[in-house]
Amino acid sequence: MRFELSPEHEDFRKSVREFAEAEIAPYAAGWDREHHFPVETVQQMGKLGLFGLTAPEEYGGAGEDGDFTSLCVAIEEIGRVDQSMGITLEAAVGLGINPLLTYGTDDQKRTWLPDLVAGTSLAGFGLTEPGSGSDAGATRTKADLIDGEWVINGNKQFITNSGSAITSLVTVTARTGARDDGRPEISTLIVPTGTPGFVAEKAYDKLGWHASDTHPLTLQDVRVPEANLLGERGKGFAQFLATLDDGRIAIAALAVGCIQACLELSVQYAGERTTFGVPIGRKQGVAFQIADLKVMVEAARALTYRAAALKDSGASATVLREAAAVAKLYATESAVTATRIATQVFGGYGFMEEYPVSRFYRDAKVLEIGEGTSEVQRMLIARSLGLPVE
Amino acid sequence: MKIVCCVKYVPDATADRKFAADHTVDRVGVDGVLSELDEYAVEEALQIREGADDCEIIVVTVGPEPARAAILKSLQMGADAGVHVVDEAIHGSDAVGTSLVLAKAVERQQADLVLCGMASTDGSMSVVPAMLAERLGLAQLTFGTEVAVDGTTVRVRRDDDAASEIIEATLPVLISVTDQANEPRYPSFKGIMAAKKKPVQTLTLADLGIDSSEVGTEAAWTKVEEMRARPPRSAGTIVAADDGAGAERLVEFLASQKFI
Ligand SMILES: Cc1cc2nc3c(=O)[nH]c(=O)nc-3n(C[C@H](O)[C@H](O)[C@H](O)COP(=O)(O)OP(=O)(O)OC[C@H]3O[C@@H](n4cnc5c(N)ncnc54)[C@H](O)[C@@H]3O)c2cc1C
Repeated sequence: MRFELSPEHEDFRKSVREFAEAEIAPYAAGWDREHHFPVETVQQMGKLGLFGLTAPEEYGGAGEDGDFTSLCVAIEEIGRVDQSMGITLEAAVGLGINPLLTYGTDDQKRTWLPDLVAGTSLAGFGLTEPGSGSDAGATRTKADLIDGEWVINGNKQFITNSGSAITSLVTVTARTGARDDGRPEISTLIVPTGTPGFVAEKAYDKLGWHASDTHPLTLQDVRVPEANLLGERGKGFAQFLATLDDGRIAIAALAVGCIQACLELSVQYAGERTTFGVPIGRKQGVAFQIADLKVMVEAARALTYRAAALKDSGASATVLREAAAVAKLYATESAVTATRIATQVFGGYGFMEEYPVSRFYRDAKVLEIGEGTSEVQRMLIARSLGLPVE
Repeated sequence: MKIVCCVKYVPDATADRKFAADHTVDRVGVDGVLSELDEYAVEEALQIREGADDCEIIVVTVGPEPARAAILKSLQMGADAGVHVVDEAIHGSDAVGTSLVLAKAVERQQADLVLCGMASTDGSMSVVPAMLAERLGLAQLTFGTEVAVDGTTVRVRRDDDAASEIIEATLPVLISVTDQANEPRYPSFKGIMAAKKKPVQTLTLADLGIDSSEVGTEAAWTKVEEMRARPPRSAGTIVAADDGAGAERLVEFLASQKFI
């Protein structure tokens, strides 16, 4: 068996890497320090077509040529220099664009996709709530259909790309009634950002991902037309499960970029820094840890692109769910380990904000949390093994 | 309108540069790229095409087999087709020989506009555009920092230390552009996939009607006699500033080195 990316994917990697090194890397530390969300850079990424890799040509996307694998390549390469811009891209496509593409009506797609695909606007995905994270089905937000309009009330927590200057909409999950079995019926609604009663509250003060845009949302008597229902009524739960499966592969790609960065930074530093008269890379205690980074990046990359290839070849939902959970779990936990190792290799300098490893160290942790925590991934994997886990 | 862009395949400047035994640049054994300065020519062509109704961009390169990568990158950026002149007899050609081969290849295209970069990043001679224009009998507007095409009129801005000038000519012309002319785009995935399907024609010296004695090491007007690796960087001069006269000394130093 041969498993490798096509020459075109490799050429694309080169192109995104050149872009990332010239247009993002020099500024990433500054954006992080200032907690600045660089709208112009997002739009440059749009010009390069990064938001359209999974979208049809009629909306400005890559069409038949594009695929999930190319999206992972882009996220990995952007994430290699800046995790904040990496998550911005991941959330914009995986959580913002993909649900519209998959479940949207022609009208909804025509209205929203061209600008989202061009990167001139962004969409958020509002699932998590103060009282419902891992247990996303416990959503409390309510939407009632009154006189041909959905009236939405509730709160959303930690929503990426939801309050930037170019955010055009947020899709939110809400209870729209009760099912026959008594459990709540959950549906997804498109909420344009200008709608009265919709407020993206002050951005969070986060441990990492400082340049990524994350807000709590308040929805108070927000009225949107009945036609803003995304997909079928009552299918919200199934929709977000599928959306998250794909998103997890993309988060794994972001983690691969993080590990790759740790590896490169550590190799370079271990060759330059001398102690006791020799470069620290001469010491097995240092060199062997860096060797482990190599193993982590190769293994994480293989799992990630295998899952992406399954997605591109139309694998069944169950196969995909397991592959995505395996990739996400391994890649993100490795990323956290990798940043710990890289910071250790840098010694005291690794703890200083002057060196990028400290930024990666802060940024990595959330990879184990967003789009399903490590515990949730283990739960999914255990279930797919047939274990009677709760 | 038809635009021909001349592009060169050069060793990657970020890698170690190697020379072959005959003192020519090793282009086969090392990673190569489309010369960065030629990306500006390709970008300029793409921008001109965006403003034109009907415009085709052909990229032409002269170089060994791997030089096809320079064409491919140009096609990925958005050019329409490529012409690759490859022939062992070309090896060792100097600017005079190269411009002959280019001229023959470009001539067949009947282009309205020929675009070149301001220099190659390996040879850094800057003479090929001028030689090429001369051979093709075209007006030459070199070192352009701004290009505007209006019907058959071409206006180019040239900036030098003392003044800027706007020069104008009527098509057909040859233009070389500097790295101030534009911001070359990065190939998109769509562009990369599209490039796979774009035609690239391969030509030999015989196809172009050039006798192999006219090119190559033997025919070259110039010869590299000797070469050395760049010496390692010296320690440099430290201008002490603690007595408050540092700036003065710095100016003196710069003046003594003829930097100012
Ligand atoms: C920076 C950032 C950006 C985010 N962006 C978005 C976004 O764009 N859209 C969105 O909808 N959400 C977003 N999230 C929310 C994220 O998906 C949730 O934080 C995550 O799913 C966990 O939910 P929680 O925070 O409520 O933790 P909880 O669910 O309360 O979990 C707390 C702990 O308990 C564990 N736990 C919970 N249930 C179980 C169980 N059954 N078995 C074992 N362990 C369990 C968890 O693994 C965790 O360790 C974002 C979060 C962050 C931090």
